[in-house]
Amino acid sequence: MAEWKQKARIMDSDGIRRVITRIAHEIIERNKGTGDLVLIGIRRRGVPLARRLADRIKEIEGSLVPVGVLDITLYRDDLTTMGHQPIVRQTEVTFSINGKRVVLVDDVLFTGRTIRAALDAIIDLGRPRYIQLAALVDRGHRELPIRADYVGKNVPTSRREEVAVRLTETDEIDEVVIMEKT
Amino acid sequence: MKLIMQNGRLLDPAAGRDLTADLYVNNGFICAPFQPDSNTNIIDAGGKLVTPGLVDMHVHLREPGFEYKETIATGTAAAARGGFTGVACMPNTDPVTDNRVAVEYINKRTQEAGQVRVYPVGAITRGSQGKELAELADMREAGAAAFSDDGQPVTDAGLMRRAMRYCTMLGAAIISHCEDKSLAGGGVMHEGAYSTILGLKGVPASAEEAMVARDIILAGETGCPLHIAHISTAGSVCLVREAKKRGVKVTAEVTPHHFTLTDRAVGDFNTNAKVNPPLRGEADVQAVREGLADGTIDAIATDHAPHSFDEKNVEFDLAPFGLVGLETAVGLVWTELVQTGILTPLQAVQKLSCNPARILGIAGGTLAEGAPADITVIDPLFEETVNPNNFAGKSRNTPFTGHRLKGLPVLTIVAGEIKYRRQ
Amino acid sequence: MYKHKDLLGIREMSAEEIGFLLDTAGPMKEIIKRQIKKVPTLRGKTVVTLFYENSTRTRGSFELAAKYLSADSINMSGSSSSVAKGESLYDTGRTLQSLGADVIVLRHPMPGAPRLLARSVKAAVINAGDGAHEHPSQALLDMFTVREKKGGLAGLRVVIVGDIMHSRVARSNIWGFTKMGAEVRVCGPSTMIPVGLEETGVQVFHQMDQALDGADVIIMLRIQKERQQQGLFPGLREYSRLYGLNRRRLELAAGDALVLHPGPMNRGVEIAADIADGSQAVIEEQVTNGVAVRMALLYLLTGGGAQ
Repeated sequence: MAEWKQKARIMDSDGIRRVITRIAHEIIERNKGTGDLVLIGIRRRGVPLARRLADRIKEIEGSLVPVGVLDITLYRDDLTTMGHQPIVRQTEVTFSINGKRVVLVDDVLFTGRTIRAALDAIIDLGRPRYIQLAALVDRGHRELPIRADYVGKNVPTSRREEVAVRLTETDEIDEVVIMEKT
Repeated sequence: MKLIMQNGRLLDPAAGRDLTADLYVNNGFICAPFQPDSNTNIIDAGGKLVTPGLVDMHVHLREPGFEYKETIATGTAAAARGGFTGVACMPNTDPVTDNRVAVEYINKRTQEAGQVRVYPVGAITRGSQGKELAELADMREAGAAAFSDDGQPVTDAGLMRRAMRYCTMLGAAIISHCEDKSLAGGGVMHEGAYSTILGLKGVPASAEEAMVARDIILAGETGCPLHIAHISTAGSVCLVREAKKRGVKVTAEVTPHHFTLTDRAVGDFNTNAKVNPPLRGEADVQAVREGLADGTIDAIATDHAPHSFDEKNVEFDLAPFGLVGLETAVGLVWTELVQTGILTPLQAVQKLSCNPARILGIAGGTLAEGAPADITVIDPLFEETVNPNNFAGKSRNTPFTGHRLKGLPVLTIVAGEIKYRRQ
Repeated sequence: MYKHKDLLGIREMSAEEIGFLLDTAGPMKEIIKRQIKKVPTLRGKTVVTLFYENSTRTRGSFELAAKYLSADSINMSGSSSSVAKGESLYDTGRTLQSLGADVIVLRHPMPGAPRLLARSVKAAVINAGDGAHEHPSQALLDMFTVREKKGGLAGLRVVIVGDIMHSRVARSNIWGFTKMGAEVRVCGPSTMIPVGLEETGVQVFHQMDQALDGADVIIMLRIQKERQQQGLFPGLREYSRLYGLNRRRLELAAGDALVLHPGPMNRGVEIAADIADGSQAVIEEQVTNGVAVRMALLYLLTGGGAQ
């Protein structure tokens, strides 16, 4: 097993909070308010990020934006090449997305394959008016023609590195670090 | 051809002898001591058991009709490798051994094979159909050792009674496969908790016991010697024990698989553990072991029943009953019965040689001077793991694959000739 | 995790494995409730349903499960050419493997047939019922249904009523509910309770009123009329009087007891019509849940097994 070592800390709790606030403003501005707006978080860490964005939007605009949870396991393009099947979890989109302005939320945008799967999954749920993408970190190395509409921070990385997003809801701490294989 | 077996422990239950001595053979017979010359074959049997040639009184050689399972040649080779110098073969061939010509055919094929002695068992009824008596006296003249409709029990009690009466004048025993088919009800394994778990139809103990009781009653009435084949339940052992006390001419045999394995051996639908009568419960295994120890059960016989791989590689319900036993029998007797103290070596040899010989009324089962030189040498310390690929017989359907056996036959001599020597 | 090549019976599964399978069935049920009931998960996988017995519902359930996951499914039945021509199960299995089957769903009248098939092929084998042995997907869907309604399985009193002897559903449920910590009772006429059943850890009853006392879950089994000819019970009228579930008897159970039936039902025989259509019956939900559980099975078994 390779040892992972922390190389740099690129965001702390305050940094994450400020980025969430900025993206919330951008979402409101770009969509001209919160009408028909829904947020859908991709499991796992896209989910708490989507909830935080919804909370911030409520503070700013005073309106409640529905948050859905998307599990993209069944849409992955690497299922047939994996030795085992990853655990499937519940998709919880309890509202209709037909005609909605959907903002898909994930923690790290990397190859784009997760987003490709998420787009397929969303379209199986209905026909939104459009879909936008928000990511806390964009680390590059895209393998598909996908880009984010809202980016917390662009972080140039090498392929040997990993970007770890840690959130209090899942990891007991708020931070983004770059890990390196030793 | 002269032979001297030196320093072996001679076990001769017929004479009640158990001593270390040399054994002399000349011209196919056991003889008085002589001075060896250049033609004398001297075998060192130090540390080994020298016994009368073992007799398996219940095998299926499958010839004629089912030569793809076994032939008289391969079956007798398996017998030799298993330490048996003689086997009694059941009549359920195709055609059935129910007439003189069929008996003579077996004798001819046995001679051609040149391995061990074969004692044909004739059918009780024509075609083993259970309808009319076969020509028992004619078969007896041709050399039939006993009579049985093995596998197709005579359900008609009146017919069985007449067969027994007829046999009293022939001096031959009836070997009865006891199974009331209406009670067996198409079952494929022992009826018990494990058949319930597997959802397989069970054969209750009563299926065997009801017919054991019937045949004992008929034997008592007619005076015909009755031999109960492959006894498998505690209740049957009780019935035989009680009948013997009353003086009924009844004897019984048990197979190595019935004194070793329980119904749990069926495991995950292992068709090699599908056998009739089925492997029974723990209490039954204990009961047959007690029956062996107290003499209720006279003989150990294998019910050697070869089947091809494809026949057994099917759904459990569709697989034929039966397993091969000739090449594992002695090892199982020694491992399961002698080493555990249930039988002394002398008792074990008695149940493998002189008792079967006595029941069948054949020569053998003794190391007395003048007796045919049918001799088995057993190495009580020889250990081996059962690997069916090493079998001399044609089929591999054994539930004992991987079992560790200690105490194996190492030399088989028939009429003074070495037929098998373990390397 | 479920790390086996095949699913042959509940008896060989651990409580953890059962729980994991039920957990996976939850998200699958969400897919069935969508307007577009399809995910691309098993694109390019082939599922063969090989049925030597008629069963519209189990077979349909597996086929829908395969289709919802985008697998290709074909079916072969006992009347299909090669099977009818007396081809052995071993050879049929090898043929299906050569055709590219990734999963073979087998229904067979003989116990142990799926084990034989599983030994013969590399494809995953799912036992869809083998004689009186096991019917694991039915037990899983029953447990899923009960768990969804009751929140858990441990500590529940489960009563299975009917022809236990010939029932693979009963056996699989006995293993499953027992492993998950429920108390299992069986009830039926003595000619239909197999020998030694107590060794599986169940309590045996012949009086239905006693068995139902305090029951949280009642699983009614279908009585097959041909058992009457075999002399196992004197007639449907007497059977129904002794072992039929009616309003009076249901009131002996816990107030919120669930009534399950694997179907197809004999209304008015083992179950009164008002009970079958009543609020405590979850018989229709069992059918929906059956598809979800089978989707979970197909998904997990196509993963190549061990991690």
